[in-house]
Amino acid sequence: MPVQNAIEGRRLAAQRGYARLFEGIGFSLQPGEALVVSGPNGSGKTTLLRIVAGLTAPADGEVRWQGEPTSAFDGRLREAVAFNGHMAALKDELTAEENLDAWTALNGPRAPRESLAAALDAVALRTRRRLPVRVLSQGQRRRVGLARLALVRRPLWILDEPLTALDADGANMLGALLDAHLAQGGLCVAASHQPLPVEPQRVRRLELGAPA
Amino acid sequence: MSATKPPPLVQALAPQPALAEGNAGTHASVLAAIGWALARDFRVAMRSKGELGVQLLFYVIVVSLFPLATSPSRETLATLGPGVLWTSALLASLLSLPRLFASDYHDGTLEQIALSPRPLAGLVSGKMAAHWLTSGLPVALMAPLLGAQYALDAPVLATLAVSLLLGTPILSLVGAVGAALTLGARGGGTLLALLVLPLYAPVLIFGAGAVDAVRAGVSAAPHLSLLGAGLLVALVGVPFAVAAAVRIALD
Repeated sequence: MPVQNAIEGRRLAAQRGYARLFEGIGFSLQPGEALVVSGPNGSGKTTLLRIVAGLTAPADGEVRWQGEPTSAFDGRLREAVAFNGHMAALKDELTAEENLDAWTALNGPRAPRESLAAALDAVALRTRRRLPVRVLSQGQRRRVGLARLALVRRPLWILDEPLTALDADGANMLGALLDAHLAQGGLCVAASHQPLPVEPQRVRRLELGAPA
Repeated sequence: MSATKPPPLVQALAPQPALAEGNAGTHASVLAAIGWALARDFRVAMRSKGELGVQLLFYVIVVSLFPLATSPSRETLATLGPGVLWTSALLASLLSLPRLFASDYHDGTLEQIALSPRPLAGLVSGKMAAHWLTSGLPVALMAPLLGAQYALDAPVLATLAVSLLLGTPILSLVGAVGAALTLGARGGGTLLALLVLPLYAPVLIFGAGAVDAVRAGVSAAPHLSLLGAGLLVALVGVPFAVAAAVRIALD
């Protein structure tokens, strides 16, 4: 089988209001590779990630998933993407465990209770799993997001500033998780100012310019 | 590193599904999507009972203000009653509408819902169903009790309850379109009222009309049939409109 680019962006451009954020952006990733997008504030990193996830339609160009062009909210892309954006997408009223349970049930078969507990244990939140998310710190919320990545298995991870609010331990967890994901042939597109804690040979870089 | 360190997250990883083949179709069930969103939103609502109480209390207070402001004569009250009880239900519904999507929009839940493989129209249907169960249904059940203040007799009160049971789901559905369209707009709440209240008018006309008909001694069936027909139309059409509006709001 010929090696196919699992995900590819061609001549992507983004427009926000009157401002052209970027244009002519291209990238391609093979299974097991991560793309780290960097650039100054306002250069369109988040927008690029949203375009790749299928949340926003590009002003020009296309995103190809496994060789085929996709559109916004594409069904095949929705089967493949795990999106961890700026917002943790946790319900304050529910406990960490209930939040995780809801997210796994939304994205596939419900995870058994033990694997929910194991995932929360792995992000050092076992003793906090019955607390409403309201009382968790920003870093702890991020960790619940990591547990979700581990539980909801998706080939393409899209992470917006995944290191924000994480402490050193949390960053190590993210690194270990990403390494295992990539080693299994997963893909990752991340926006980050700091270098991601993953094996450097797996990382491709994309630098967005300052906004015009 | 240290002995007390929790097990690495990697061990919690489930096996990676094959990259090449999607699992389209397995999650396609619309009913599962409705059930998921309904259960989740209902659970969240039950955790914040205060908010539900406030809305119901609002209904009770608005309905109770009219007798204070107008004449206490039985005749006047019985004439005013159906209109007041119905108009107040509209306002109470409006009060609870921002809750439907705004918090999911602000905490990122809506993005995740829209990106999930389950059908978005099904997911928003579940959300609307949960909204009705926690806002429209309590109002419809409370209305006959409040109707006693207006010197309405039993058959009239029964018709009031039935008309509200048919009409309040329409309010939740039509309101959901407005709530989804005004997501992210500045002053969304006010805009929502301007957008939605005129659309509520037909529901009000037929709902209050049904109650008035019984009071006048004629059958409420035509009004109730029209409400039922409206509900069916809304049930079929609204989920797709709301799903489209949510996608626009996220773009």
